[in-house]
Amino acid sequence: MQIKEAPKEYDAIIVGSGAGGGMSAYMLANAGMKIAVVEAGSFFDPKDPATMTQMKWSYESPRRGASTNRAFGDFDMSWGDWKVEGEPYTNKKGTDFRWWRARMLGGRTNHWGRISLRFGPKDFKHRDVDGLGENWPISYEEIKPYYDRLDKMIGVFGSNEGLANDPDGFFLPPPKPRLHELYYIKGARKSNVPVIPSRLSILTKRINKDRGICFYCGQCNRSCSAYADFSSGSCFIFPAQKSGQVDLYTDCMVKNVTTNDEGLATGVSYINKKDMGEYQLKSRVVVLGASACSSARILLNSTSKQHPNGLGNSSDHVGRYLHDSTGSGLTGFVPALMDRKVYNEDGVGGMHVYSPWWGDNSKLDFPRGYHIEVWGGLGMPAYGFGFDVESINKYIGASVGGYGDKLRDDVKRFYGSIVGLSGRGESIARYENRCELDEDVLDRFGIPVLQFNYKWSEYERLQAKHMVDSFEEIITNMGGKVMGEKPGKDKEYGLLNPGQIIHEVGTTRMGNDPLKSVTNKYQQLHDAKNVFIVDAGPFTSQADKNCTWTIMALSMRASEYIIDQFKKKNI
Amino acid sequence: MDRRESIKNILLGSALAGIAIGSQSCEPDLEETPINLEKPKGYGRTPFEREHDEKIANSPDFFSADELSAIAALCDIILPANDEVGGAIEAKVPDFIAFIVKDLPMHQLPIQGGLMWLNGESQKRFEKAFVALDTAQQLSIIDDIAYPDPKKESTTLEPGRVFFTRIRNLTLTGFYTSKIGIADLGYQGNRANMWDGVPQDVLDKHGLSYEAEWLAKCVNQEKREEIARWDDKGNLLNN
Repeated sequence: MQIKEAPKEYDAIIVGSGAGGGMSAYMLANAGMKIAVVEAGSFFDPKDPATMTQMKWSYESPRRGASTNRAFGDFDMSWGDWKVEGEPYTNKKGTDFRWWRARMLGGRTNHWGRISLRFGPKDFKHRDVDGLGENWPISYEEIKPYYDRLDKMIGVFGSNEGLANDPDGFFLPPPKPRLHELYYIKGARKSNVPVIPSRLSILTKRINKDRGICFYCGQCNRSCSAYADFSSGSCFIFPAQKSGQVDLYTDCMVKNVTTNDEGLATGVSYINKKDMGEYQLKSRVVVLGASACSSARILLNSTSKQHPNGLGNSSDHVGRYLHDSTGSGLTGFVPALMDRKVYNEDGVGGMHVYSPWWGDNSKLDFPRGYHIEVWGGLGMPAYGFGFDVESINKYIGASVGGYGDKLRDDVKRFYGSIVGLSGRGESIARYENRCELDEDVLDRFGIPVLQFNYKWSEYERLQAKHMVDSFEEIITNMGGKVMGEKPGKDKEYGLLNPGQIIHEVGTTRMGNDPLKSVTNKYQQLHDAKNVFIVDAGPFTSQADKNCTWTIMALSMRASEYIIDQFKKKNI
Repeated sequence: MDRRESIKNILLGSALAGIAIGSQSCEPDLEETPINLEKPKGYGRTPFEREHDEKIANSPDFFSADELSAIAALCDIILPANDEVGGAIEAKVPDFIAFIVKDLPMHQLPIQGGLMWLNGESQKRFEKAFVALDTAQQLSIIDDIAYPDPKKESTTLEPGRVFFTRIRNLTLTGFYTSKIGIADLGYQGNRANMWDGVPQDVLDKHGLSYEAEWLAKCVNQEKREEIARWDDKGNLLNN
């Protein structure tokens, strides 16, 4: 097969258009660099009527939103989930990592929960606290200015609370709590669990003239047609295109980074999904933002005489230290929330309050913390609504079962009385937990796929135990009853599979020692100075926070370094 | 009323629009909120998904005509129309079930087997198929399977109970996700709104109130159109 080369050479090629790639595209284009953005998925604009799901009613879907085609239901704005047609992955025997891929412009930023938490000072130096994992080569003080700029650039609501490891920022005002959230506040405080306004990148107030303001449909996971929430397309890619500096390649699956005799990158090779032909693009700089695991895969598939073990992999660290957030949860029925007056409480797309980690791990049997997310309320019914509703009667000693008007009454009485608590915690990054190439299996583009090998340790299991114990206590404090069986040791306390929280990080971790890390603190490969990684791969450790806000702050910082080095002709 | 104002009215509802229009006068340069007001056809499918939907819609029914009438009879028992609101039949729940079993094949065998069980039970008791029974006869069977048997005394009825739970679940979901069902439930959302806290009467009923300290942090909807400004320490200056 002939590989076709494009005649023009870019200053930089950015692979992937999600949080990290989008930010980099925005920064580089606005600095005057001529760039190509290469995205494996299709073009997507949240306001395109043809693909929009926002404000659709459940009955507009013949399956009422069931998850047949999309793991989080018909209206969730992710094209692709833990399964992508023609793009398999494998697991080492006895392990079961789940890998989410959103094949669309903007990637996972179109459907994510918009939970935008800064990492705190301790999160960058956690090894100093408990001797586990590795310290980041940077500190909170170094990244704080980028978080500050990010807050103002993208918009995030929240509140300044002066907490030691959950830093203040430049917040938009948060929405008032909903009814079940007021119950949660009471219940959590009774157990000395702090509750503060949540921090979500949703515009409750105008930040510029280009984006709309939240109109409280509660559907951020459907991607906002008014651009009132953060999606990479609406906030980065489209504004970057206005500079005239961006060539956008969608439906183009990058296979590898091409290199020259000096081992430096010369561009990328990709498969165009429309004709399945292989093409090459040339550039002075290559920026990978394809997602932690996809970027690792591209590096591992970029072998050459100079990089026999894969690009950037002289340390054999590419793909290692893969780690996801932990997750467990409980659902509670709160009798005080029965027989509710029904009103519109859609609110923003997500919780209005949350609990940052409050514990002292030096006094606990697990080393790292978690935060609590709260859900509930008078939501729009979709597939699954009403399932086993009559069985809730057992919690109030009433008659279970039935049909007819009694059943109707049950539905209305219990509507809005269910509350869910979810823990999202920090796991320890481990050398053994990794993804590597499975040379036996190819995807439909003929590219070797990833094989995962990821196991939780006792630390994560004990943390999950603490989650469900705390949640049971809080639900009880709310006057509620835990629904279903509280998961015990045999069920690993409800600990979800790695990959299920979709916060995978760490596969190309940053560090000062080239023998123990893949990139330096500017996310530049130790082995090839004109290749940068701007997704979550360079994370030395995850925190008890969601990773997106840090991906973007770091990508902004790395991008400014790229611009500086490019202008100085060092790359 | 200019277009901008009419958009606001649609966006916020006429009762709330005054607030935003009032505050907007101090920011006259702002562009319109780029909300998409057109209602496109369909529900935003990708080509692959559209194909999937069409394939299912055009495929023959999984159930026979007799099975579908038995399903309809069950739907009507589970959520009949009453004086105030239509029932599962008006909400076309049998059509939904006919679709969903093709879309989610895991439902097929349990429902098919369950209908056979139901007809077997009907034959045993009344020597007729379930749909041929009169209402009292039908309900005499349904009453035996619509409630759990905590002591598990009657094991022969257990398959009927499991089956009825499934049909009841699908009927409930089919109904309450329909236009009629959503109206019956009273769900008020999925429209442009301006959330400004729990209504006072609801707070009163629950004996709750917002703390002043918390409320002070929350959004002042009257100034939402003003572009946010902060001091150097991150204090919002114009909420």
